[in-house]
Amino acid sequence: MTTALSIARDVNAGERSASSVLAASLAIVAARNEELNVFLHVDYEGATAMAAAVDERVAQGLNAGPLAGVPIAIKDNMCQTGIPTTCSSRILDGWRPPYNATVIDRLIAAGAVPVGKTNLDEFAMGSSTETSAFGPTRNPLDPTRVPGGSSGGSAAAVAAGMTPLSLGSDTGGSIRQPAALCGVVGMKPTYGLVSRYGLIAFASSLDQIGPFAATVTDSALLLEVIAGHDPRDTTSLPEPSPVLVAHVNDGVAGKRIGLVRELVEGADEDVVNAVNSAAEALRAAGATIVELSIPELRLGLSAYYLIAPAEASSNLARYDGVRFGLRVNGDDVTAMMEATRTAGFGAEVKRRIMLGTYALSAGYFDAYYGQALKVRTLMIDAFRRAYDHVDLLLGATTPSVAFAFGAKSHDPMAMYLSDVFTIPTNLAGEAAISVPFATGEAGLPIGVQILGPGRSEAQLFAAARVLEIADGRP
Amino acid sequence: MAELTRSEVAHVAKLARLTLSDEELDLFTVQLGKILIHAQDMSALDLSELLPTAHPFGLVNVLRADEVRPSLDRDVVLAEAPDAHEGRFAVPRILGEAP
Repeated sequence: MTTALSIARDVNAGERSASSVLAASLAIVAARNEELNVFLHVDYEGATAMAAAVDERVAQGLNAGPLAGVPIAIKDNMCQTGIPTTCSSRILDGWRPPYNATVIDRLIAAGAVPVGKTNLDEFAMGSSTETSAFGPTRNPLDPTRVPGGSSGGSAAAVAAGMTPLSLGSDTGGSIRQPAALCGVVGMKPTYGLVSRYGLIAFASSLDQIGPFAATVTDSALLLEVIAGHDPRDTTSLPEPSPVLVAHVNDGVAGKRIGLVRELVEGADEDVVNAVNSAAEALRAAGATIVELSIPELRLGLSAYYLIAPAEASSNLARYDGVRFGLRVNGDDVTAMMEATRTAGFGAEVKRRIMLGTYALSAGYFDAYYGQALKVRTLMIDAFRRAYDHVDLLLGATTPSVAFAFGAKSHDPMAMYLSDVFTIPTNLAGEAAISVPFATGEAGLPIGVQILGPGRSEAQLFAAARVLEIADGRP
Repeated sequence: MAELTRSEVAHVAKLARLTLSDEELDLFTVQLGKILIHAQDMSALDLSELLPTAHPFGLVNVLRADEVRPSLDRDVVLAEAPDAHEGRFAVPRILGEAP
C-alpha cells in the first residue's frame, strides 16, 4: 500500500491528484465495506469537496500540507460537523455535531481528507467491536475473527488498505489492542498531548486520541499533525507538537530497555516468543535489555474497571433525551429520561454505568473508587522507579492473536482481560506503541508493545522502527 | 466485602435511571459480582500512606481572557434536540399539575 508520506509528497509535487487518491480509497471501501462493516458512514460529498480543495491549492502553487490528499478514517466518537456521530450507540441516533473536534480541524488544515466514520464498541466500551449497536467489524485478515476494540473499525480500515491512516481513541488499550490484532501500528500518546475537544467522553482522565497507520513513519507523521496545545481542552499539555518524523530513524543504540515479566505473563506461547524475538532484535540494534518485574502492574485491571466505569457513569449522565439524539417519551421528565436511557444504551454500556454508579455510591466509595485511585498512585510510582533504571519498557500488547466472534462476548471478565497489558499506561497517563512483529497462530499478526514515560513519543517511534525493520518492513 | 445482592443492583439501576428486566437483574447481579470479586485484590492492600490520584497530571484551573467570542449558533444546536420550543430545549412536564 502507498504510504501517507509518499501520497502527500506526490500530491504536493503535482504528480498525483488528491481526487484520484480519494477515488482509489473509495473503490476499496466499496469493494469490502459490506463484508467487513468498517465504516458506519462514508462522507462521499464532503471528502470529494476536500480533495478538490487540496488539488486547487496545489494548482495555485501552494503547499497543501504535510498530509496533502491523504485519505483518513475517523473513529465515530469524534465530532465532525454535519455528518452523523453515533459512538455506535442508538442513543445518539440521528445526531449531527454542530462543531468539529480539534483533531478534525487540524487534519483538514494539514490537507488530509476525512472519508468517513468507523465502527467501535458502543461508547468505546469493549475490546472486539461486538458491543456496537450497528454490528461488529470483521478482521480484514480473517473475517471469522474480531478486529479488536474498541477502535476496531479504524484498525480494520488501515489493515484492509481502505485508508493509509485512521484515528482512534485509547482509554484502556482501545488503539493498541486492535492495532495488534489487525497487524498495524497503533500509538497511545501521553495524556494531554492530543486535544480531546470534540472527542465524546468515556473516561476523561484516561481517554486519549492517537494514530493508526501501516508504518511507524506514517504514525509519527499523523501524530505530529494532531498533537500540540489546544486552549479548548483544559487538560491539554501547554506545549507545541513534538518533532517526531525526523527522529524515526534514531535507533536504540545505547538505550536501556526493560523486558517486563508482568507484561508477558499469561500470554500465549506464540506471543511470548514474539516478545523475546523483539528483545533480541533491539539488543542487536545496540540496546541493553534488562529483565525486570513490576508487580504493581497486576493491579491495573482491577483499578481500571472501577475508575473507568465511575467516570463513564458520570459522563454518560448527559444522555437524558433532552439535548441530543434519542428521546423515548414518558409520563413525566424522569420517566422520559429512564425510558430513553433504557432503550438507547446496549448491555455493556448499562453494565459499566451500573458498575460505576455502584462504585461511587454511598457506603462503597472509599472501599472501591477511593482504593482504586490509590492503586493508581501506586502504579505511577512503580513506573517512575522503573524509568530510573531504563529508558523504555517492552512487553506484549495482547495475550493472544485475534480471537473468534463470540469467544469472549458472553463473559465480561474474560473480555476485560484482553486489555491487561495495555491498561497500566492509561492509568499512569504515559505513552505506548504497538507494532506488528512476527506472526502467531494461523499466521495472524502479533503486536509487541513498547512503553515509555510521558513525552517519550520520539523514542517510542524510533524503537518501533527498529522492530519494523527487523521484521522485514524496511 | 459483602457479596453484591439483587436488591442493591435494583437500587443502583434506579440511581442510574435505567429500567432492568428481571432477567437483566439476575444477569447483572452475577456479572457485576464477578467484577467486584476481581477487585478484591486491591482491598487486601494497606494503601493508607498513599494519596489518591484522580488525574495523571493533576487538574488546574485554566482561564481565558474575559472577552466576548462567538459561540455555537442557538438554532443550529436546537435543531439537533429531540424537541425545542421558543429557543429552548423542551421536556415533558416537570411539576405535578393536573393535566
